[in-house]
Amino acid sequence: MALLMANNLETVIHTENLTRRFGDFVAVDSLNLEVPAGQVLGYLGPNGSGKTTTIRMLLGLLHPSAGRATVLGYDVATQSEQVRAHTGYMSQKFALYGELTARENLIFYGGVYGVTAAARIDEMLDSLGLHDVRNQRVASLSTGWRQRLALATAIIHRPGLLFLDEPTSGVDPVARRAFWELIYELSAQGITIMVSTHYMDEAEYCTQVGIMRDGRLLALDEPARLKAALPGQVWEIYADPLLDALEIVEQIPLVTRAGLASDHLRAIVAEGGNADLLHTALAAQGVRILAITPGAPSMEDVFMALSG
Amino acid sequence: MTTPLIDAFDLHKSFGATRAVAGVSLRVAAGEIYGLVGPDGAGKTTVMRLLCGALRLDDGFAEIGGCDVRRQVERAREQIGYLAQRFALYEDLTVLENLRFFAETRGLPTQEWASRSQEILDFVGLAPFGDRRAGQLSGGMKQKLGLASALIHRPRVLLLDEPTTGVDPVTRQDFWRLIMPLLRSGDIAVLVSTPYMDEAMRCTRIGFMRGGHLISEGTPAELRHTLHGRIVELAGAPANLLVEQAQRDPAVETVERFGNRYHLRVVAGQTAAVVERLHTQIVAAGGQVELLRPIEPQLEDVFIALAESTAPDSSADVATRLYVTR
Repeated sequence: MALLMANNLETVIHTENLTRRFGDFVAVDSLNLEVPAGQVLGYLGPNGSGKTTTIRMLLGLLHPSAGRATVLGYDVATQSEQVRAHTGYMSQKFALYGELTARENLIFYGGVYGVTAAARIDEMLDSLGLHDVRNQRVASLSTGWRQRLALATAIIHRPGLLFLDEPTSGVDPVARRAFWELIYELSAQGITIMVSTHYMDEAEYCTQVGIMRDGRLLALDEPARLKAALPGQVWEIYADPLLDALEIVEQIPLVTRAGLASDHLRAIVAEGGNADLLHTALAAQGVRILAITPGAPSMEDVFMALSG
Repeated sequence: MTTPLIDAFDLHKSFGATRAVAGVSLRVAAGEIYGLVGPDGAGKTTVMRLLCGALRLDDGFAEIGGCDVRRQVERAREQIGYLAQRFALYEDLTVLENLRFFAETRGLPTQEWASRSQEILDFVGLAPFGDRRAGQLSGGMKQKLGLASALIHRPRVLLLDEPTTGVDPVTRQDFWRLIMPLLRSGDIAVLVSTPYMDEAMRCTRIGFMRGGHLISEGTPAELRHTLHGRIVELAGAPANLLVEQAQRDPAVETVERFGNRYHLRVVAGQTAAVVERLHTQIVAAGGQVELLRPIEPQLEDVFIALAESTAPDSSADVATRLYVTR
């Protein structure tokens, strides 16, 4: 983006022991985050782990209790207006005017950011594939269209950094794919993106993934490296009855984690164990084993291992 | 099939000019868990709301446990546990007070509610929190309370409308570990809608809805088999080149990203030809192929194909266009 080049920023988000307390509750606990320009940072964690609180602090909407943060070089505590002028934000609950058309919503949000050029409005409609629905009232649009329009309103002012807080929550798989193509498109244009999600397949699409739990950042790395760092071997277990099998596998001391995965089970066996361990335990309890095959670690495995 | 607990025939419901549900028939027997999937706005929620009598049918016929949802709506409702997308809990009431409220409105006899509440709180793991206000519960605990409220009157039919949307993987896993034992007894029927294909894979049968119609139905294996021999997996570098070359191949219908790989949907009977041709093309264009092979279709491949098949204006077209213009 022009802005990034002008400021020649290499670090877009920088936090030092960023902390937020609500009474006795520490929502974000000494967060140290360094996000270089051009990243698509996936921000994962259970509900209540501090993801949204982090984003609100980085947007300058919520004052840190301790520590500091800069966003695009601006201090979030003292320069929050500059922060918001140069960042975009879209949350899971899009704020759109149902009675206005798609185009009118864009004009409205453009006005909020001082963007009034009709050419920019039309460019947004075109580049996000909204041209055909531009004159429809938002209330009559499907979730997928509204989501895309919400994204358009978040980037109308050409932000250098875009925060997406669970943007695909409750959206069908095809619409989610289309939305991610838009994210890549924005990333290719030079916008740095921080996106929180509960979909682990989306985490795989990020250049960096941070995992939060109880306000703390437990890990931050490329998805491939996070997966490679997962200790133990993953096994996929096809058995019947599945729940009985799960309860048995969970009891095996060398199994560090076991859970449902689509129509079968996944279990992580710590070093020193192997598939025989699983076979023996299941057979001893009379569970029918259909197949036990080695699996590759997934982001869901990483997430569960860290936050389960 | 034994007598279905959910028996719906030719359901119709319009909202003004919008035909939300246009001739849906489905049957779910005791011990079955039926997954309803499809794009947003396909009519999944409307089907659920018609079945529980929250919406009136324009036309068609639905029975829950043998009770007509139009003529015997109260008796039909007594047999239903319904967990809506945004379920209502009274945040100022405690967990137990919430349960008591739902027990009373669903017709559980007064002398039974205390013991039943304890039983259901044990089941969902909220027993230590009976006196906590619902507003003070975490997201995962609220969801468990929602499920407990839906189950308090021992329904034989459970309707779950996207119960795990917006929920983290750990909570999602916990939720399914509560649902699956209910099926073990073999006398409950579950209808669940979900945007997660891994959850749909756990269902005994899946129905795919689009534009108010049920356009495909079967076991997960049957649905996956509909694309048998038509999915090719591709991995390599650079990504843009792979996508470009794959899209250029005349026998490749779609290119979709699956993690760090791509799934190509290929014209039937062309798999071997595509694999051979594309390998040569990618290498000739200066790319590297790590993986190029036919694979068994995943449920998400099927979802994508079905979502496109009747939706020329689907969002997938935009994604494709963005790829091309990159």
